[in-house]
Amino acid sequence: MEDTVKQEDHFNEKLEKGDFIEPKDWMPEKYRKTLIRQISQHAHSEVVGMLPEGNWITRAPNLRRKAILLAKVQDEGGHGLYLYSAAETLGISREELLDQLHTGKAKYSSIFNYPTVTWADIGAIGWLVDGAAIMNQVMLQRTSFGPYSRAMIRICKEESFHQRQGYEIMVALSKGSAEQKQMAQDALNRWWWPTLMMFGPPDAISSNSADSIKWKIKRETNDELRQKFVDRTIAQVEYLGLTVPDPKLKWNEARGHYDFGEIDWAEFNSVVKGNGPCNRERLKARVGAHKNGEWVRDAATAYAKKQAAKAAGSLVA
Amino acid sequence: MNKQEALIDYCLRLGDNSLVLGHRLSEWCGHGPILEEDLALANIALDLLGQTRNLFTYAAAVEGKGRTEDDLAYTRNNYEFRNALLTEQANGDFAVTIARQLFYTSYAWLLFTELQKSKDETIAGIAAKALKETSYHLRHCNEWTIRLGDGTEESHRRMQDAVDSLWMYTDDIFAQTEGDALLIKEGIAADAATLKPKWDAMIKETLTKATLKMPEGGFMMKGSREGKHTEHLTYILGELQFLQRTYPGMEW
Repeated sequence: MEDTVKQEDHFNEKLEKGDFIEPKDWMPEKYRKTLIRQISQHAHSEVVGMLPEGNWITRAPNLRRKAILLAKVQDEGGHGLYLYSAAETLGISREELLDQLHTGKAKYSSIFNYPTVTWADIGAIGWLVDGAAIMNQVMLQRTSFGPYSRAMIRICKEESFHQRQGYEIMVALSKGSAEQKQMAQDALNRWWWPTLMMFGPPDAISSNSADSIKWKIKRETNDELRQKFVDRTIAQVEYLGLTVPDPKLKWNEARGHYDFGEIDWAEFNSVVKGNGPCNRERLKARVGAHKNGEWVRDAATAYAKKQAAKAAGSLVA
Repeated sequence: MNKQEALIDYCLRLGDNSLVLGHRLSEWCGHGPILEEDLALANIALDLLGQTRNLFTYAAAVEGKGRTEDDLAYTRNNYEFRNALLTEQANGDFAVTIARQLFYTSYAWLLFTELQKSKDETIAGIAAKALKETSYHLRHCNEWTIRLGDGTEESHRRMQDAVDSLWMYTDDIFAQTEGDALLIKEGIAADAATLKPKWDAMIKETLTKATLKMPEGGFMMKGSREGKHTEHLTYILGELQFLQRTYPGMEW
């Protein structure tokens, strides 16, 4: 008992000093659980996020865009890999993590339950969705858990390239034909509100926020990050000559921020619960890939065992 | 066919191979048997796309009519494509994809090994870069062929089925045209006929390690050199060319 108190004091001192918590350090069970939930949710989001974007690789409008999109989607898979590894340092296996995703126990970012129906959606995802993700990830570079922080530093470098390529697609479309411009506006209309929802529920009702701030897992609240995102993005919307689908959006001189309309949290909750346009398809695709790949993974394991047995045999001989 | 036409045709053919195969591999993205393979297949697809871009850019320059890599990829019709029939075959299960990789990549490795010595400096440069990439791709499909062949009973059966089902498209990879003779004489192109026995030996070696049987003889389908394709290619082009065909002449 006394030991736990001492360990907890030591843990808090480290947080206080701004030192990283490393996998072998003592940590409160709830800190560990919160991190596993958050990191795995992040990893699953990267991997599920490959689906809506991967959807357009074969249809990219030119070879340069195709190469960029392929590289980007491959990066997302790579981010998934480091994040699964970071979660594994907390004592959970990739198999368990995948199982949680496939049974619906673990969540992924709800944004990927929206469909990519035109090429402009690839622009909007890079620009808005990756843009919103970056706000979160820049903050997470300073998160208190060492492996997560280090993964974020690496991931942020690639994400800023992703955001640029998305914005570049939007610029090309908004300077293009009337049809292309319409495509860009339509994508902005559909992605704007779901993107604002990505920052999570308002601080007043966010169930996980307070602990995460206390433990320095998160450094800024959902509402602070959301405001920062809106403030930063509006100038880009204006440059594109597009408009956000929010009649209440207005610069507030006194606050030094944009005011914006009420987010439809009923929609958010409904999509989180599984009732978005693509929830079933996304999960079906992930579960399907895992099931269809089972014989491949089994073969790899069987082959590795045979090789190990041969090597052991030759050592004995 | 003069030398210029032969060279354009040759570059397009090689570029079409990697464009179509890369397209097929990119279809795996997000659906692979394990996350590492999603990355590996996307990475190979990206290398293949890079090879296509180099070859098309060169073909367009040799042609000198102001066409771009995108014109070549997005506005030619299926009968103008010269990719080997093998490359357009559907992904099937992972074993089919690996067998297709094995057959194509072994050829590409032999081809680029020769072409890096081409008297055409651009071809030699493109081939030298492609050879480095292809060496990794070859390792990837050789290792998987062996793992699947010598893995479980199920994987062995699937891998043997895949090898058997794609075998009929393997002669077509090596088919040559009149123009090739011209380029071979000038030391620009590689003589596919000399690559075939080496290819046979490479495939045999890998299949043997994988405890698989090398198919012998049987019906061999050809036609890619004349633009005669299987049913798959028009679907691929339908997807690939959709935006450019729907909104011609736009910037993206």
